[in-house]
Amino acid sequence: MPEIKNYTMNFGPQHPAAHGVLRLVLELDGEVVVRADPHIGLLHRATEKLAEHKTYLQSLPYMDRLDYVSMLSNEHAYVLAIEKLAGIEVPLRAQYIRVMFDEITRLLNHLMWLGAHGLDIGAMTVFLYCFREREDLMDAYEAVSGARMHAAYYRPGGVYRDLPDTMPQYEASKIHNAAAIRKMNANRQGSLLDFLEDFTSRFPKHVDEYETLLTDNRIWKQRTVGIGVLSPERATALGITGPMLRGSGVEWDLRKKQPYAVYDRLDFDIPVGRNGDTYDRYLVRVEEMRQSNRIIRQCIDWLRLNPGPVITANHKYAPPARESMKQNMEELIHHFKLFTEGMHISEGEAYASVEHPKGEFGIYMVSDGANKPYRLKIRAPGFVHLSALDEMVRGHMIADVVTIIGTQDIVFGEIDR
Amino acid sequence: MTTDMQSLRDELTSLLAEKLVSIHEALGETTVVIKLSGMLDVMTQLRDAKGLRFAQMIDLCGMDYSEYREGQWEGRRFAVVYHLLSHAHNRRLRVRVFAEDDDFPVIESVSGIWPNANWFEREAFDLFGIIFTGHPDLRRILTDYGFVGNPFRKDFPLSGHVEMRYDPEQQRVVYQPVTVEPRVVTPRIMREENYGSN
Repeated sequence: MPEIKNYTMNFGPQHPAAHGVLRLVLELDGEVVVRADPHIGLLHRATEKLAEHKTYLQSLPYMDRLDYVSMLSNEHAYVLAIEKLAGIEVPLRAQYIRVMFDEITRLLNHLMWLGAHGLDIGAMTVFLYCFREREDLMDAYEAVSGARMHAAYYRPGGVYRDLPDTMPQYEASKIHNAAAIRKMNANRQGSLLDFLEDFTSRFPKHVDEYETLLTDNRIWKQRTVGIGVLSPERATALGITGPMLRGSGVEWDLRKKQPYAVYDRLDFDIPVGRNGDTYDRYLVRVEEMRQSNRIIRQCIDWLRLNPGPVITANHKYAPPARESMKQNMEELIHHFKLFTEGMHISEGEAYASVEHPKGEFGIYMVSDGANKPYRLKIRAPGFVHLSALDEMVRGHMIADVVTIIGTQDIVFGEIDR
Repeated sequence: MTTDMQSLRDELTSLLAEKLVSIHEALGETTVVIKLSGMLDVMTQLRDAKGLRFAQMIDLCGMDYSEYREGQWEGRRFAVVYHLLSHAHNRRLRVRVFAEDDDFPVIESVSGIWPNANWFEREAFDLFGIIFTGHPDLRRILTDYGFVGNPFRKDFPLSGHVEMRYDPEQQRVVYQPVTVEPRVVTPRIMREENYGSN
């Protein structure tokens, strides 16, 4: 009988646990992974090249489609880069709105991650619970931007429009009678802020529910404790950021260390793990959800008390109000120039980064003074995390590969760009 | 912030004196251009020297300057830009290295210094055709298997050269020359300095 030592197996790109279009070539010794070679690029759309051929405003919606489960965080980095290069002042209210939606986005992302990660490891119920809460947050997206996912809501200099005073309502249908509809619409009677406040008061209890299902669950712990361990030194060297880095015990969060927008005015804590394994990263992300909830609550309180403009009054970068455009020649010219030629950003280069739900998401923008960027480089956290996959799965079983892909929180929109 | 930038400048000039080509500060960011020869020593120093300690390489990307300001760029065409982050000092640094040959750009690999450079360098190789000497596994990463060309070079058209379609006779997908007409919706416009400012 011939002695076969290593066995090469193909995993993906069409596999439900591959979180998109990941193709992994696994070299196995029995059931133990000896080497993993991720093949990426199956979703490559050359976003960076497209951005070189579009005006600054036209490429904004592409940002939603990078990490398509944390849309507004991507946009935030993009508008920050433009604002840094052009020196645009952003009204305080717009910054609070941005922070609030960044944290809503973080919840959306972490809920998606938790549900999918649970499903990968065999916990079905969490998925259903998480999607129940995601529905409310997507309604908030829809109320403010008209789109449930790809919001395209941030603009260089602020946000597209102020928060709405009414929420969309459910309507009676064959499935739901009038009484059921009244119950479903109960928390939608006020403004978006009322709706979100109601959500933030419910949400901590929901997080408790997820934790009841998982945190002390024996099977969950058997599948996650000691899997994919990263030491703090190694995680730093590998360029890992975000909850992955904090799970290894490095206290590094851009919201605290290099605060952008209004994070320095808000009160929140940064959870840090101890062992750097999948279980610790799970705990870090669950605690981050609680902290995000706190931040959203503070933003709601501030936004209630402080009305004001939500986009800059500099009409070189932001369009004038519709009404004034129709009465004022100069405003009309501004509007016309902005939407035909686009804004001109003075020559220079800038790197702006945000604490994206997955890690550090950065935009490196080079402008040569034209109405389009000369070069746009997107620093995607998932790209770096996936490059560490080989090291993390070595010596683990095949089933743990799925766990580690899950704990990296991989989304292919940003990795392949 | 400004005092911090000053101290970073002092650290850099004292440690790397003759290896620095230029040091530039703008928008609260420090950019240094270093020479290609001996760049690995510089990078190692940036990572290990006590006053610098840039332990993380956040980003690495290729640059093609051939059409910068409508072709008015003087200097080498290809460069690699590194974004470094120091947790210890909480600051960032941008490092730029130019490749000496415009037709065959070669740069030394830093994957021995920051392991995550591996994939970033594969990406720059794939998209710009920059060769990284000393890289353990320089393969294409984002483009298709068997792709020809370097798509992010400025002379590569946006629509590409080939397109893919399903061929019912051969019952598989085939490549054919691209049929998309090149078009420009919004032209690229360069205005003089301070255009339209009151």
